[in-house]
Amino acid sequence: MRLRLLPDNTSINFFGKSKYAIWLSILAVLISFVFYLINGLNYGIDFRGGTMLMIKTSNSSSVSEIRKSLNNLELGDTVVTKISDPTDTLIGNPKQMFLIKIEQQEGNAEVQNKMIIDVKKTLSNNLKEISFLQTESVGSKISGELVQKAILAVCLAVFAVLFYIWIRFEWQFSLGAVIALVHDVLITIGIFSIIGLEFNLSIIAALLTIVGYSLNDTVIVFDRIRENLKKYQSIELLEVLNKSINETLSRTIITSLTTLLALLALFIFGGEVIRGFTFAMIWGVLIGTYSSIFIASSILLKLGVKRDWSSKNSGNPGTNFDE
Amino acid sequence: MLKFPLWKILLILMPCLWGIYSFSPHFFYSQVEKYNDLKKSGLVETQKPLLEPQLWYDWAPSDLVNLGLDLRGGAHVLVEVNLEDVYSERLQNFWPEIRKNLRAIRNEVGSFSQEVSALNDSLIITISKKEGIEKAISFLNKELSSKNNILEILRFEDNKIKVSFNEQEKRKIDNQTMDQSLEIIRRRVDEAGTREPTIQKQGSRRILIQVPGLGSAEELLQLIGRTAKLTFHPVIKNSVSCKKKPGITSIIVENFDDSNNCLELEKKFVVSGSQLTNAQPSFDQNNRPAVSFQFNPVGGRKFGEYTKNNIGNPFAIVLDKQVISAPIIQSYIPGGAGIITGNFSVDESNRLSILLRAGALPAAIQVLEQRTVGPELGADSIKSGKIAAIIAGILVLLFMIASYGLFGLFANVGLIFNIALIFSIMAYFAATLTLPGIAGIVLTIGMAVDANVLIFERIREEIKTNKSLYRAIELGYEKALTSIIDANVTTFIAAVILFSLGSGPIKGFSVTLGIGIMTSVFTAVYLTRLLISIYFGFKKPKILNL
Repeated sequence: MRLRLLPDNTSINFFGKSKYAIWLSILAVLISFVFYLINGLNYGIDFRGGTMLMIKTSNSSSVSEIRKSLNNLELGDTVVTKISDPTDTLIGNPKQMFLIKIEQQEGNAEVQNKMIIDVKKTLSNNLKEISFLQTESVGSKISGELVQKAILAVCLAVFAVLFYIWIRFEWQFSLGAVIALVHDVLITIGIFSIIGLEFNLSIIAALLTIVGYSLNDTVIVFDRIRENLKKYQSIELLEVLNKSINETLSRTIITSLTTLLALLALFIFGGEVIRGFTFAMIWGVLIGTYSSIFIASSILLKLGVKRDWSSKNSGNPGTNFDE
Repeated sequence: MLKFPLWKILLILMPCLWGIYSFSPHFFYSQVEKYNDLKKSGLVETQKPLLEPQLWYDWAPSDLVNLGLDLRGGAHVLVEVNLEDVYSERLQNFWPEIRKNLRAIRNEVGSFSQEVSALNDSLIITISKKEGIEKAISFLNKELSSKNNILEILRFEDNKIKVSFNEQEKRKIDNQTMDQSLEIIRRRVDEAGTREPTIQKQGSRRILIQVPGLGSAEELLQLIGRTAKLTFHPVIKNSVSCKKKPGITSIIVENFDDSNNCLELEKKFVVSGSQLTNAQPSFDQNNRPAVSFQFNPVGGRKFGEYTKNNIGNPFAIVLDKQVISAPIIQSYIPGGAGIITGNFSVDESNRLSILLRAGALPAAIQVLEQRTVGPELGADSIKSGKIAAIIAGILVLLFMIASYGLFGLFANVGLIFNIALIFSIMAYFAATLTLPGIAGIVLTIGMAVDANVLIFERIREEIKTNKSLYRAIELGYEKALTSIIDANVTTFIAAVILFSLGSGPIKGFSVTLGIGIMTSVFTAVYLTRLLISIYFGFKKPKILNL
């Protein structure tokens, strides 16, 4: 007996609900935007400049103890947070770890370096069994560059994809896919703003992978839509779209599930360093799956598409290398 | 379509076998790594009898994926070289000639003075009679015509002339500066005895230094962050206010121990660190840490002569614009050997002697980024990465078998080969595996089966329309291919953009993602199809439980 997540022939009317979906998405994007305006993002030192230390200590130390011992150094804005790793707790070896973020110090690099040395010395003197797991310091010059590059990368990826789908399909498809993508990215940024999770370089990598993944899903639905448009020329567009989504639904769900399984394993066992990244990815896969079912096709329905696909190779820039 | 010709079978199997073959050394990573290290240092042959137990075999594959600093632990520093420092320094060499020429037309230009521009890349000459500016520029251009191919003399403001190098000369100087900086940083890092450092030029003015293993970026920076320019100057006045304006031939330099206390020194130095042949940590007569040094014959002679003529006068030893000490010359010092004392710790005297031996950097450097990963965290990351990958793999394998039975098993075989291939390709290109890279592989595990899911779902659909089993499988593969290509090309576009624009974690992730996409299409489409064809060849099933 095979595991079947769905009955063999689904015929869910997705567009009956698409109105709600679109409003829900608009609302979600708006909420993301509002939170972004109010909260901003909790930028990591990659984007803001500054210094981050990750330390492990004996079980007796506390956040206030660390803060107190750093007080005399006059470091400016300093944030100390405790982090815990569920893997270690699971295998019965709980560790006490802290993250210390220190703002960019005035002055040249030597000042910065001396500050790090001082902080390490002070912490070693004040805390028992301390070990320094990770130290990172990024100057404001490079952090500005990193922000620019990151934005450029996301925009470029979206444009490259817009272009590819336009070439392979039609402009309506391309627009639908890109709106779905932007929707995914905005809502993902929104959730980072809402829960205040650190936004750093690896989150940008996650965003771009979400772009790739969500697109993957959308393209597969589109592919089926194109095929069905050729097959059922007399059926109404809405029906064709519905049929296509239903036909690909099983695949969409299974792939999302296998990807989510892998990501969950990474989220739980992959360690603290990439937890933010995996969180963004899990969120992105969920949103991406949702948007490729509801948003991309709804836009296609609104825009309408060309129905006569019989005259191929008529100088039309689409559908060229599948047959 | 289900029948494969022999050449096609070979074409599919060969990369897979190569993948398994090249993947095998990764099971014995630390052993093979040690073996490779020994081999590189040429010790394998001579030490063979000592290698008990045998680390690895000569005939076996030994290419490994490099572990990134985040997995191995180590220090990473990105610095930028202030290239303009060199321009202003070299432009100073032309000043005597410019001054001579301007004096010749003093009637027209009046009095004049020079300063270094704010960007440090040109000389700005201000003249008192602004009517004479045109004349001054054309005169300088004429008199310095032999330098026309490197210098640019332009009007800057009403009464100011800007002298700078032209673009071509700047590029030439830049290249020299970068090469020198790289060389000196390499020497310093080597002198400190660190293992396998990576020292790379990045872009036109940046240098990336990565040192795996123990140690921290802070220690590394203490070694490479300093210019280490050493000069010996006659002292004009021992204790002056730091705000005092220097004279034409003097400079105000702060004291190393007390930055509020300054000395006025002759601008022109007697000897400099570039004339040192050796420097060693030592101790002075009071047993305090010090650095002893030795000049080359030319420097030694100058130094000796100066000490002979200035007995009883103070003499300042200046390192990177700070006076380390200003001893009184007690006696004539022949032979060019000496000792620098100051308030050093043993560590500092060690470091200083390394810096002096390796030479001064041609320009100051600026730290853009410094990162240290402790070896403990690196080991933890490898461990958690492995656990996550294994659990992810098992979950996906089980899920595929539960969903598609035997075909799911075929897909799983493809998945396993896929992972072996990712590692083999990365090892072949000596690519670096980082923690985000592991995330990329885990994600590939999840997404790699997508192609198979597409194909199998399609086969299910085709079976429903009452086609023969064989025909359904053929059509399944055929029709799913377009979607597979479209879907993977788009993800691949994202991976390529990540790779070309990304840095650090992003790059590591994009490498495994990109390679994973290519290998997964290969294993999912071709390998599983071959497996199915072999299965059908043997079993010839009439119905398929898919």
